[in-house]
Amino acid sequence: MAGDGVRRRDFINIAAVSFAGVGGLAALYPLISQMAPSADVLAESSTEIDISAISPGQAIKAVWRKQPVFIRNLTPEEIKAADAVDVSTLRDPETLEKRTTAGKTNWLITMGVCTHLGCVPLGAGEGEVKGEFGGYFCPCHGSVYDTAARIRKGPAPKNLEVPPHEFSSDTVVKIG
Amino acid sequence: MSFPWANEYKPTNPLMQWVDNRLPLPRFVYNAVGAGYPVPRNLNYMWNFGVLAGFALVLQIVTGVVLAMHYAANAGVAFDSVEHIMRDVNWGWMLRYAHANGASMFFIVVYTHIFRGFFYSSYKAPREMIWLLGVVIFLLMMATAFMGYVLPWGQMSFWGAKVITGLFSAIPLVGTPLQQWLLGGFAPDNAALNRFFSLHFLLPFVILGVIILHVWALHIPGSSNPTGVEVKQESDTVPFHPYYTAKDGFGLGIFLMVYCALVFFAPNLLGHPDNYIPANPLSTPAHIVPEWYFWPFYAILRAFTSDFMFIPAKLMGVLAMFSAILVWFFLPWLDTSPVRSGHYRPLFRKFFYLLVVDVLVLGYCGGAPAEEPYVMISQIASMYYFLHFLVILPIVSSVETPQPLPFSITEAVLGKDEHATLAPATPAVA
Ligand code: FES
Repeated sequence: MAGDGVRRRDFINIAAVSFAGVGGLAALYPLISQMAPSADVLAESSTEIDISAISPGQAIKAVWRKQPVFIRNLTPEEIKAADAVDVSTLRDPETLEKRTTAGKTNWLITMGVCTHLGCVPLGAGEGEVKGEFGGYFCPCHGSVYDTAARIRKGPAPKNLEVPPHEFSSDTVVKIG
Repeated sequence: MSFPWANEYKPTNPLMQWVDNRLPLPRFVYNAVGAGYPVPRNLNYMWNFGVLAGFALVLQIVTGVVLAMHYAANAGVAFDSVEHIMRDVNWGWMLRYAHANGASMFFIVVYTHIFRGFFYSSYKAPREMIWLLGVVIFLLMMATAFMGYVLPWGQMSFWGAKVITGLFSAIPLVGTPLQQWLLGGFAPDNAALNRFFSLHFLLPFVILGVIILHVWALHIPGSSNPTGVEVKQESDTVPFHPYYTAKDGFGLGIFLMVYCALVFFAPNLLGHPDNYIPANPLSTPAHIVPEWYFWPFYAILRAFTSDFMFIPAKLMGVLAMFSAILVWFFLPWLDTSPVRSGHYRPLFRKFFYLLVVDVLVLGYCGGAPAEEPYVMISQIASMYYFLHFLVILPIVSSVETPQPLPFSITEAVLGKDEHATLAPATPAVA
């Protein structure tokens, strides 16, 4: 080995330092990973919600993964208003149909978490302002959502997220 | 390094001699903040604020450590444990108010210190490293203060945590996973509260470490001074002790008067009443604002309301907010004037005061609700803020004719310096 200029000592040196380096990186992984959501937080608890008492035009706030969920029974006018919008003009183009379950387009189920920085928008509670598009209004930095909870104005980049959900019966919806 | 005429540490006490020969710690202190550190003789009161900032940090560490003996970092009991401190713990109310207002005082002092740096161009060669470390300290302070504000687990704590970690979700692709990693969940909860407590306890000591580097770097060229002319001779300096220990002592007295007035007569003046409501993940307070010391940056964040080219408004706001501080890192190279002090730079001085006004306007808008006219004003003020650093400063420093500098600090103070006739005048920056 001396012939090609690589000494035994160089090899040992590089091997030892590389070994220590890999070991160090391996030790770093758990230190970083421990900060990610833990198993109990991740456990996708699903919530069943009775929606029989929500009449058209009303909405309730439910809780899923410790975050608010808006369940809204849209009126025919609200549905019409949402359908009247040319989807291509939207910041996050989606139709109301795509955001709801077929045959149950009046049930708009979204996260109550503004896609800007995470405040809870107003509009689901009794007497709260709904904003100029009749959906939701986030007072933190002024994002306005329409009756399909799509972003129409303000700094938020996306529509209110639709959580995975299915109707277990006509009056019960399961979120998660 | 120091000037050749610096006093030398000569302990007369045999015990101190014994210590000095084995661990020269007293010598180190003597040379750093004692009679062994020669300092320009003409420092004004603006030079008090470095020492005051150090004092404020010690204050925060001392009050913080004792508060940690009573506080419980668990989302179920955190709010109550703070009320327990306020009502049941002996002197708890005072310690907590001292800690909360201590943070405000720390920021007042540090902002003054930073703007002192702006006016006297303290960031210029050969002091760039001191400046860069200072910006690092400021960033660490902001992180520490933010996490501290979350600990009482009131409404503002909770929503502050949500909004500020929400900033990270603006980063393309990795944003949302990153936010969840920071919080240890989908929204702020126990995991977030616990880690914020851990880091809130740790970071002040990291700050302390960076301050040691900051002061170390300061002692290489020595302190700057209001003329911006470098020290040339022994008559330009006086020993730090007793001259500036006394002057800083006076400043400290004023500091403590203001501080005590806040703690004892207006402890909640700078706080927000919503934080006395326990955190409620289902309801956002109508008007959420951070603590006052973040207002200028918060205004910049909110100034971006529509998408800009390919960049979504949300990301743009976040980028702008961070850039507002990161631009300070480039200051030593953006300002190319050979003259340091604003006293001798008439045009620069005007723009400096304009910047002060601009930041105050931003601060006011950042504390106001997100509606017109504040949004519009923040937009204009944010634009001016960046214009100042990126355009005005480089242009001003190349077109302006500075006023003549004194030959030396001695001449500036006494009106004459007998060395002035013996040596040719030298440029301010060697
Ligand atoms: S969090 Fe809703 S607009 Fe900013």
